[in-house]
Amino acid sequence: MITREDVEHISWLASIKIEDEEKDEFVEQFNSILEYFHQLDEVETEGVEPTFRVVDLANIFRDDVACPSLSQEEALRNAPRRENGYFKSPRIV
Amino acid sequence: MENVIIGLEIHVQLNRLQSKLFCGCSTQYHNSEPNTYTCPVCLGLPGSLPVLNRKAVEYGIKVGLALNCQIEEETLFYRKNYYYPDLPKGFQISQYDFPLATKGRILIKGEDGLERDICITRAHMEEDPGRLVHAGTIDKAKYTMVDYNRCGMPLLEVVTEPDLRSPKEARAFLDKLKSILEYLDVFDGSLEGSMRVDANISLRGGDRTEVKNISGFKGVEKALSYEITRQKNLQRRNIKVVQETRHFDELRSITVSIRSKEEAHDYRYFPEPDLVPMRIANWVPAIKATLPELPDAKRERFVKEYGLTDDHAKSLTSEIKVANFYEAVAAKAVPRLSAVWIADVLKGELNYRDLGIDAFQAEHMVEIVNLLSSGAITEDGAVEIIRTLLDKGGSPQEIIEARGLGKAGDETVKKAVREAVAENAAAIADYRAGSERAMNFIVGQVMKKTRGKADPGEVHRLVKAEVEKV
Repeated sequence: MITREDVEHISWLASIKIEDEEKDEFVEQFNSILEYFHQLDEVETEGVEPTFRVVDLANIFRDDVACPSLSQEEALRNAPRRENGYFKSPRIV
Repeated sequence: MENVIIGLEIHVQLNRLQSKLFCGCSTQYHNSEPNTYTCPVCLGLPGSLPVLNRKAVEYGIKVGLALNCQIEEETLFYRKNYYYPDLPKGFQISQYDFPLATKGRILIKGEDGLERDICITRAHMEEDPGRLVHAGTIDKAKYTMVDYNRCGMPLLEVVTEPDLRSPKEARAFLDKLKSILEYLDVFDGSLEGSMRVDANISLRGGDRTEVKNISGFKGVEKALSYEITRQKNLQRRNIKVVQETRHFDELRSITVSIRSKEEAHDYRYFPEPDLVPMRIANWVPAIKATLPELPDAKRERFVKEYGLTDDHAKSLTSEIKVANFYEAVAAKAVPRLSAVWIADVLKGELNYRDLGIDAFQAEHMVEIVNLLSSGAITEDGAVEIIRTLLDKGGSPQEIIEARGLGKAGDETVKKAVREAVAENAAAIADYRAGSERAMNFIVGQVMKKTRGKADPGEVHRLVKAEVEKV
């Protein structure tokens, strides 16, 4: 069960501000999502090896070759704030 | 220092690679304009996908083997979730369970002068976050500026057991690790930010603090010493050390408490769905075969093959470039004399000038050692030649001629000895009466006559012979 405290913690981790009146709404939504996933518990998994993925692929690599990068202008194009070629961000610590 | 407990996490950039860990951006971003080495992958733009650099994995295995680690059969990347401006994606691709390499060790010389193994818990691959530039100090800056050139650089994180007992031991460990990485040619330690250290420090029985952001080897000793003193002072006043993350402020050489990105310890790791597992066990034999002779083995061989003292062998093998320089010289000059002159003299002169071994030609060292062993120059003359080569350049022969450093011929020295003995009857009488100072005086007179170009030891012998003859 997700509680109000969980929602507050998650919003803190993600640095997303949630208004007090929104919290109950998120508690409800989180719980319904989890409940949805709990349906998986109904599947019979006796004798099935646990796995992280459904496709049995491994060892996909690229060669160590450098290619051209974006220009500074292109890299910063979507930045709401910039200064001297840097992305500008609020101080977080 | 007995009750000091230190464990290190060392982030090493595999900066001898051409491209970043998951994209084709070049690794040669140092000293460039900010945000000029990025692409949709390392900027974390929506829809971009990481593709792993094969050689980065090979380098990681190489390091793992050199650190005497076990290499995992199958290894995985995970997402380490934290929200901080140095990560444009909101997570770092790192490893968690099933890291590349585990359970290794490195031999260091401990505080007690004895050599012992420091255990390596694990070594895993991850991407470097971007670089944050704070206007002012980290705890006072108003905003943060971000440069993603470094973002996605291939990192290897080496984690030790809490086996280190002093800042000096931590330094010795890092020196050894750097030495091994440079032997493997996967790492260039001269580049800014290429090795960054987090340290866990506690006093026996107390809680530990984690000091982050230590860059540079001197920084590690300073940060650890500061933190140990801080904890001891708290203990002395019966104040409990709080378990927390602290930031090392290099400018002020102190550690400050920060409410850090890791404070939450809630990384919500899960397997990276955009990357497939690596099954690499069968790569190991081929990579093992490419491992070069490592520092410990080279040191042992230098002792056996060239008859060096262990101290000289150690001094000559800590840097691969110095070891290669020594072997080039020892092939053409007396090996033991070469070792003394490179380890005890040349290295000191280079350090004093903040130069690397590249600043000196092996051929010049061969010439100097050969001139010394044939007696053509004195030790003082050899030192002067080395200093002049470093400061002004030229060749040993030119310097000898220009400065008259050639040793005085046998006849000249003998003549000077005869004269000095004849002219200083009083001193000779004192010497006969047992005064060693009188002897030194006469030797000094001879050196004066030959303008320092005679070998003092030889002069001593000649004066003695002359006095006994009279």
